[in-house]
Amino acid sequence: MNLFVLLKQVPGTSNVKMDEKTGTMVRTDHENVINPLDENALEAALELKRSIDGSKVTVVSMGPPPASRALKEAIAMGADEAHLLCHRGFAGSDTLATARALALAIEHVAGRELGPSDLVLCGERATDGETGQVGPMISAMLDIAVATYVRGIEVKEDHVVVERVVEEGFERVRLPLPALVTVVKDINQPGFPTLAGKLAAKAAPVPLLTPDDLGLTRDTVGLSGSPTRVVQVFRPKFARDTVLRQQDSGGAAVDSLVDLLIEKEVI
Amino acid sequence: MEYSGVLVVGEQRGGSVHSVTYELLARGRTLADKLGVGLACVVIGHELEAFGREIVERGADIVYLIDDPCLEWFIPRRYSAELAALIEQIRPEIVLAAATTAGRTLMPHVAAKLDTGLTADCTGLDIDDKERLLLQTRPAIGGNVMATIKTPSARPQMATVRPKSARPLPRDLGRQGEIVVRAAACDDAQCAGECLLGFVRDTSQDVSVQDAEIVVAGGKGLKSRDNFRMVEELAGLLGAAVGATRDVVDLGWIGYPHQIGLSGKTVSPRLYVAIGLSGTIQHLAGMQTSETIVAINKDKDAQIFRVADYGIVGDLFEVVPELIDKIRAAKNARLCGAR
Repeated sequence: MNLFVLLKQVPGTSNVKMDEKTGTMVRTDHENVINPLDENALEAALELKRSIDGSKVTVVSMGPPPASRALKEAIAMGADEAHLLCHRGFAGSDTLATARALALAIEHVAGRELGPSDLVLCGERATDGETGQVGPMISAMLDIAVATYVRGIEVKEDHVVVERVVEEGFERVRLPLPALVTVVKDINQPGFPTLAGKLAAKAAPVPLLTPDDLGLTRDTVGLSGSPTRVVQVFRPKFARDTVLRQQDSGGAAVDSLVDLLIEKEVI
Repeated sequence: MEYSGVLVVGEQRGGSVHSVTYELLARGRTLADKLGVGLACVVIGHELEAFGREIVERGADIVYLIDDPCLEWFIPRRYSAELAALIEQIRPEIVLAAATTAGRTLMPHVAAKLDTGLTADCTGLDIDDKERLLLQTRPAIGGNVMATIKTPSARPQMATVRPKSARPLPRDLGRQGEIVVRAAACDDAQCAGECLLGFVRDTSQDVSVQDAEIVVAGGKGLKSRDNFRMVEELAGLLGAAVGATRDVVDLGWIGYPHQIGLSGKTVSPRLYVAIGLSGTIQHLAGMQTSETIVAINKDKDAQIFRVADYGIVGDLFEVVPELIDKIRAAKNARLCGAR
């Protein structure tokens, strides 16, 4: 089975700062890591590889040169091959432009259209943008089946059965292959790099792909290929007349709160 | 043909139209009125006819019910084909859906098919008066800011909207509107073999934080799982649901279904009590539409106070026990008074 895992490198803490003038992330303070849910996707692919002979795990990412570290880490964890979409032409891509580039990259590294032995995996969302849009967009562009919020995957002859976590319970869904699944945290516990993996990672090349390699023209990639524009970044103002009281030994602040709760008829 | 009008994508679950549809209609109505255009609503599913009337009463001018046995369950490619076909037929300038597991799957699929932009998880929507463009506001990249996003030229302008971030309009029983019921338009040969095998209802996932009238939520200021019980005790006393920040859920003090914020649930209760949480943008995105917000925090500059109606700056380990005692006393006094 050919397993394609999409990885995103994200800032290492959940509380990233933003440059309010440019609307871009301030990345310097924090170590970048593999997006946590993408690690779950990688682990799911590695588990399938272990259970199905002759499987191969290919990881693909888009990002600046340091993102190759995330791909090396994926190889250390057991992935076979890694490719990085890396070129200033990709900068400023929104979710649609990102999906377009990644969809083409998957077919490019596969060397063909996807077929019945192919499965694409990624995290349900990334911790930085939190949109969760790129996965379903890629599935539409490749015209393959999709399941999101997946916490279990069973591979059958020519299809997979997945379990999805939805608002009111769990769905079991049959998906013909090829397919794309986006996974949630419940699916597994990501493993650790092995010594052999670390050695392999050192030796492994991470080929870079450019828009030209993928046949992307200027108006289909990066900011100019993105239909959305961030027009304003701001600190929200909330219109409430806040009554702020200091805690006091006499207990007046809490008494007023109790009065408020009585007035609101909650006690 | 020019793109004109607003389309909201309603949602059905288990054969009933879900209330999030009516929240979207309230959003859509405001936008359509600002633009001076019509508001359409589409629901895809099976045996939906009975719901058309209420959708009109809640604000739609025209309702499309795409009703077919093969659409009973959410299969992304099938739903996407139907929605994309309708959009190409009626050409709305704006399409809104709920940021639910279904909406967050369907909308990116459709946006990719139509080659247009999509903004996820909007908490604010407005119209730019000059350009007549949709202003899509969402909490931005992990931090403490909001971003407003436009789709300048691609059409339609598409967005998913956080559930519970708006209130439905009351039913207007006299409201007039058109209801169109039709079968699936698309050949589903390409979706052969794609189907739902089963559905297990699991209410342990659903701690009903979203439907609670009162929510008491705690953050990592509680310092330990043991101390977090204070939040649960106060919630018990007020008949409230327990909420938590992402930090608290990541620390394992309480399960993910209790998480409130951008990557958890959005709530809009009558009363929200925030204890020992600073109020990151992601958390505020999940609760700022609550009717009354009370916050207890030791840091007077904590962002949570900026959205609070009433705040106490102090040591929660003293304030909360005092509050619990005084609420007990007030309840007892009321019981005695009633006798």
